[in-house]
Amino acid sequence: MSLLTRNKAPKLADHNAGRQLFGSRWATITVWIIAVVWTIPSLGLFATSFRPKADISANGWWNLFVHPHFTMGNYSAIFSTSTVSGIPNGILPYVINSFVITIPAVIFPITIATMAAYCLAWVKFRGSDAVFYGIFALQIVPIQLALVPLLNLFTTGVHIGHYTLVPGLHIAGKFLGIWVPHTMFALPLAIYLLHNFISSLPRELMEAANVDGASHFVVFRRIVLPLSIPAIAAFTIFQFLWVWNDLLVALTFTGGTEGIDPLNNKLAGLAGTWGSHWELLTSSTFITILVPLAVFFSLQRYFVRGLLAGSVK
Amino acid sequence: MSSFWRDNLPKLGQMFASIAIFLAVLSVIFFIAGKANGKKQRPIAIFVFLGPALLLLLFGLLGPAVRTLLLSFKGSASHSWVGFSNYTWLFTDESERIVLRNTVFWILFTPIVTTGLGLLLAVLLDRMRRESIAKSLIFMPMAISFVGASITWAFVYKYANPNQPQVGLMSSVARHLGFEPTNWLLTQPLNTFLLMVIFIWSQTGFAMVILSAAIKNVPTDVVEASALDGATGWRLFRGITFPMVRSTFIVVLATMVVATLKLFDIVRAATGGNFGTSVLANEMYSETFIRYDAGRGAAMAIVLFVLVLPVLFYNIFNLSRERTIA
Repeated sequence: MSLLTRNKAPKLADHNAGRQLFGSRWATITVWIIAVVWTIPSLGLFATSFRPKADISANGWWNLFVHPHFTMGNYSAIFSTSTVSGIPNGILPYVINSFVITIPAVIFPITIATMAAYCLAWVKFRGSDAVFYGIFALQIVPIQLALVPLLNLFTTGVHIGHYTLVPGLHIAGKFLGIWVPHTMFALPLAIYLLHNFISSLPRELMEAANVDGASHFVVFRRIVLPLSIPAIAAFTIFQFLWVWNDLLVALTFTGGTEGIDPLNNKLAGLAGTWGSHWELLTSSTFITILVPLAVFFSLQRYFVRGLLAGSVK
Repeated sequence: MSSFWRDNLPKLGQMFASIAIFLAVLSVIFFIAGKANGKKQRPIAIFVFLGPALLLLLFGLLGPAVRTLLLSFKGSASHSWVGFSNYTWLFTDESERIVLRNTVFWILFTPIVTTGLGLLLAVLLDRMRRESIAKSLIFMPMAISFVGASITWAFVYKYANPNQPQVGLMSSVARHLGFEPTNWLLTQPLNTFLLMVIFIWSQTGFAMVILSAAIKNVPTDVVEASALDGATGWRLFRGITFPMVRSTFIVVLATMVVATLKLFDIVRAATGGNFGTSVLANEMYSETFIRYDAGRGAAMAIVLFVLVLPVLFYNIFNLSRERTIA
């Protein structure tokens, strides 16, 4: 094979099972049909959010592409700081709440999990493997199992008989009361993924640092943290999507406190009360989608690399 | 405008302050603990690195799990012990039977369809031109919350009375095909399957991305060697490609089983669990926080956990095998 054709590498496709299975052309057509079908619902939402209220109930969103009649009115309505259909200040406060909830709920667990993962991978002690399996197992525990007792811990503390083990923390209905559960629930998966990555770092590197007399804290800061960026970025995507899109944890731990409700919860509530205001509902939903999409596409190149380190051989 | 910022600026301040305090406390601990030397250095490092995570897991997951187990044997206000009555109620009550049936439907169909479709796409996509564009389009719904997805799909499932224009895509297509649409989300048990479609739409991209990475890891020489031996199409897939990605396939399948069992948001946002669409995870929330029966809610959480146990054992078995090989 000449160098020229190697560089183009056009013939590789011939040995691909899937493309032979259907024939290369049919494989491509099938993929694009699915890709288009997958996009239609989002397109409908996007189109509806730019239509006047009267049009939305008059005919289907696809008519927008036949008789273009756009308005930005829905967006200016939900972002106006006067009262919008029963919501003072529009949806902007809830967008802010979502950021205030999500950013610390990503930073806290990743920091704590990276520390734990480093310890379990490189500062082994008797029973460290058992601890790792235990944490791995906790991944599967449905968070539904933890909601009520955790809420009790926050409001009344832990008592055994009349003896108070932990006093009530009084953080329910505050931002801290949402950050803490999100941090707790994120740890098992975070530690597992980061452990996979960190334990595959070259042994020589760690040993060289130990010979130089660097403490574990220095090794962690100077070597482990910078080298783990791909895994940290991958988990950031995961945790950001999870917290931003979460309904259950926020619903339980905000306890309906108006001032700290994230956008997604408000949206779930509005789906009931704004049942007739599809123009506001669709534009608000689109705003909710926009942020995680931006996060995903900006960190996308780390996603698979960080996630699969050491697991797919 | 000013009242808006008076309300919202402090929240942002609180966020930045909390992050700063968190990082400052960590640096101080690191600095002090780093001063230790000699024999104490190792135990102190283990304590500082692992302590916070173990403490949070103990109070956040392990302790609550034990307490939920205890609550499930108590009455609605958690005052008296009631034995197994919460469990017998769950398995004998007429309306709960629909909930259990739906949960079984969800477990039987969604994980296998989602993972299977993901695998099909991963295989078809491999080495296609403009692969990344198609991948991004199919992955995109994954970034949308289940609440957002339910609102998005309302424009597919929306239904209007026969004398009015149909603004839902599915209703409109049905009418163009010549039969009068029904109110899809009220029709049992069709509505449960329509909600599953939303889940599949949302999660297939994830399965595809992971499986696609696994397929790209199959060594080219193996594929080429078997191609030289005359293996093509289906035989190549069954003989080489699938066995090489089987373990990844099962991991994704297991992840989907767990995600399906925990599923709460789609049902909550699309139907509120009405019209015979409720599932265990949603019913558990309703029992605990709407009907205030902590005992019954806890029993449901325990049943959820028991349903997930096989996946857990399988995963641990796999993990320990992988580690002994490596």
